[in-house]
Amino acid sequence: MTASSVEPNRRDFLYIATGTVAAVGGAAALVPLIAQMNPDASTIAAGAPVEVDLGPIAEGQVIKVFWRGQPIFISHRTKKEIEEARKVSLASLPDPQADDKRVKPGKDQWLVLVGICTHLGCIPLAHQGAYEGWFCPCHGSVYDTSGRIRQGPAPKNLPLPPYKFLSDSKIRIGEEDTAKV
Amino acid sequence: MSGHSTYQPQSAFMKWMERRLPIAGLMYSSFVAYPTPRNLNYWWTFGGVLTFLLGAQIVTGIILVMHYTPHADMAFNSVEHIMRDVNYGWLLRYLHSNGASMFFVAVYIHMARGMYYGSYKEPREVLWILGVILYLLMMATGFLGYTLPWGQMSFWGATVITNFFSAIPLVGESVVTWLWGGYSVGNPTLQRFFSLHYLLPFVIVGVVVLHVWALHVVGQNNPTGVEPKTDKDTVAFTPYATIKDGFFMACFCIVYAWFVFYVPNYLGHADNYIPANPAVTPQHIVPEWYYLPFYAILRAIPDKLMGVIALFGSIGILAFLPWLDTSRVRSANYRPLFRQFFWIFILVTVGLGWLGSKPAEGGYTIAARILTIYYFAHFIIILPILGWVEKTKPLPNSISEAILKSSGVSSAAPTATKS
Ligand code: HEM
Ligand code: FES
Repeated sequence: MTASSVEPNRRDFLYIATGTVAAVGGAAALVPLIAQMNPDASTIAAGAPVEVDLGPIAEGQVIKVFWRGQPIFISHRTKKEIEEARKVSLASLPDPQADDKRVKPGKDQWLVLVGICTHLGCIPLAHQGAYEGWFCPCHGSVYDTSGRIRQGPAPKNLPLPPYKFLSDSKIRIGEEDTAKV
Repeated sequence: MSGHSTYQPQSAFMKWMERRLPIAGLMYSSFVAYPTPRNLNYWWTFGGVLTFLLGAQIVTGIILVMHYTPHADMAFNSVEHIMRDVNYGWLLRYLHSNGASMFFVAVYIHMARGMYYGSYKEPREVLWILGVILYLLMMATGFLGYTLPWGQMSFWGATVITNFFSAIPLVGESVVTWLWGGYSVGNPTLQRFFSLHYLLPFVIVGVVVLHVWALHVVGQNNPTGVEPKTDKDTVAFTPYATIKDGFFMACFCIVYAWFVFYVPNYLGHADNYIPANPAVTPQHIVPEWYYLPFYAILRAIPDKLMGVIALFGSIGILAFLPWLDTSRVRSANYRPLFRQFFWIFILVTVGLGWLGSKPAEGGYTIAARILTIYYFAHFIIILPILGWVEKTKPLPNSISEAILKSSGVSSAAPTATKS
């Protein structure tokens, strides 16, 4: 520190250059350290689309299938359930969304939902709660027959997975219908 | 750790050693000659109990790992294998699972002791904050460990707790996927939780060293809250504190053993003996008892993000206690008002714990809201105001004066000697 009094000297340069390389190198090393925790290739591959035959699902029945390790609810809704979902005023909903935006055009009876409570991830129970849609046993969130949140701590409606109709009685979950819409 | 070590190495080997690595001297001045206030009561023995339990968890844990398989398809069965096939496996597992509960019993008493006697006040703020960090690390370790048997409560507890992070605006969902290593809790989650459950206890050991270091810099508080002034106020750590700690530890172990041998599953949940099933959520998800007060706070608040903030806030606020309590008198023994509010606070926290174990509906939710408000009010309103308005009792001039007054006999207790 005595060799040269002219500022900046060579040591200052080395100091800054080394510091920069260390900072950039350290930041670059963080990328793999963090990224390794994201879903790996086999997990992503296991999340390929699944096809579901709707034929055996009776009116009024809700079935549960798995896609990407997540439960998917497929509800074959009755006339009454559809009516109830349609007649509510949107302004009164915590997360307003019209029922016909939650089903595919002309397929009002088929409601397909990701069956994970938007509060903290429990699986709600079908045909329960004040609106006879779903009720989450964990902290008491209540969803209606359109899977919309009506009461309780959950902030959002049950999400819709990407899916498309292959025929009138078959859907594929995990792929959006890009042709229409 | 006042001044230089008075340690005098006796043997030639220890003399040789002391000039190269003075570890014996450090141990001597920290745990033998170290002066402790002579009026410490049994509430001061829980630090020793905690150290013992940390050691016990590490020993039983390392042994469990020899027989446990961290894989979603095999974890549950490997725990059953420990219970049925491994020699004394049932004992080691029950020691570990009940040891975690005992650990929390001890830490709650240890913290309440600090709050009652004002041990967080100047100059012990850093010591106190290190304690809060230890508590957080313990909570994380306990949570990670509870997922390992991969039963229903393991699985759904992990799902609910990791979902706290989905409340973060914008990036929440990506953070949760990153934590899981998948689109739901699954094998990648179990494997990383196992890795971290093994790691964190050793991080705890590191922070305990800092905690004890800070303690030995500022010295122990005591029931009067008056700092030791002369040699008459203290006794040597060994034998006085060592024997008291040791005696109480043995008593504590009776309770621990009673749980292990007579009611090993009393503090657990029957649902955790059902293998994890991603398709079915148990009717009542209840965390381990030691998280219940915070769980009640989470559920009391009808908004997801605010609920999670309140949950973390209720623990984080402890770190600010040294500055929220404005009174300069440490010990509740000389603070008649604070003393009452302290016990109300304890009751409120226990009440929240009880509500956390009940379903979140009707009257329970209303009660939980009232108690949640009180919990925060204790720190943000009551403590700062008490410091201003409370008329405290006169403090004794010294620890020995306080003892002589209360016992009415002349001091026969030995002073700090280097026997
Ligand atoms: C701070 C110390 C620790 C705490 C609070 C703690 C807590 C826990 C808890 C609550 C469980 C669930 C027990 C059950 O319900 O069966 C558990 C399981 C387990 N822990 Fe720990 N643990 C600690 C240290 C360790 C260490 C150091 C290791 C390994 C080196 C370890 C290895 C395990 C294993 C393999 C299991 C799964 C077997 C079982 O469920 O009994 N733990 N731990
Ligand atoms: S997870 Fe459904 S209400 Fe909390």
